[in-house]
Amino acid sequence: MVPESYYVALSAVLFSMGVLGVLVRRNPLVIFMSIEMMLNAANVALVAFGQRYNTAEGQVLVFFVMCVAAAEVAVGLAIIVVIFRLRRRLSVDELSLMRW
Amino acid sequence: MQLGAFVILAVLVVGSAAGLILKRNPIHGALFLVVNLASVAGLYLTLRAEFLATAQVIVYAGAIAVLFVFAIMVLIPGKDETGPDPLRGQRWLAVPVVGVFLLLSALILRSAALKGPGPAAHVPGGIEAVGRLLFTDYLFPFEVTSFLLLAAIVGVLTLAKRKA
Repeated sequence: MVPESYYVALSAVLFSMGVLGVLVRRNPLVIFMSIEMMLNAANVALVAFGQRYNTAEGQVLVFFVMCVAAAEVAVGLAIIVVIFRLRRRLSVDELSLMRW
Repeated sequence: MQLGAFVILAVLVVGSAAGLILKRNPIHGALFLVVNLASVAGLYLTLRAEFLATAQVIVYAGAIAVLFVFAIMVLIPGKDETGPDPLRGQRWLAVPVVGVFLLLSALILRSAALKGPGPAAHVPGGIEAVGRLLFTDYLFPFEVTSFLLLAAIVGVLTLAKRKA
């Protein structure tokens, strides 16, 4: 049996790589994929902790996270498509309309 | 045996995540994301969460990945990251930021609740336990989730509709 701390460590590494992707990349689609990766990292940690404390509630939480992620991806991609339609370019550096 | 499976899956997960970050072409990134999500499904299998593994393959590696590939093909953003980067210096700051985050997580991992063996090495009952919890204790959040998905559908239709 693999100890749960390995899974949590892997989840931390995966989450950090997601943060790195969000901070470094300029394409909003890639930033979105990195956010999905971070959600997955949190899911892995949830399942690992659920196994450790011998309960299925971690898996139930992951189920809800998956539903929210699906809704979020659909709405986010629709917003990106609308932005592309208005601007004909995709770069987060140009989307400064709401910047103070 | 289980440790071997974990190591292989962990290498796949981290490698595909690195590919997603480093590859310039977003369609390559999407394919790396599929590998990443499928390996996470494998991780769920090693954690004996079979329901989540199937849901992961269907929802993430199926629906969400297809949605991403579809959006990339509609938008064709191909060359947009090859231009000069006005904020290049600021972007390098991301590396120490993530390093500090990793350091903090390592400290938490070393100190906190994961020391020693767990309460009991008993299997929590797999898909049956999940379903029971989902339709008893978590019934209200479950229904709210269905409402959330409905709201997402309506919102996407409103956003994506061309103004006549």
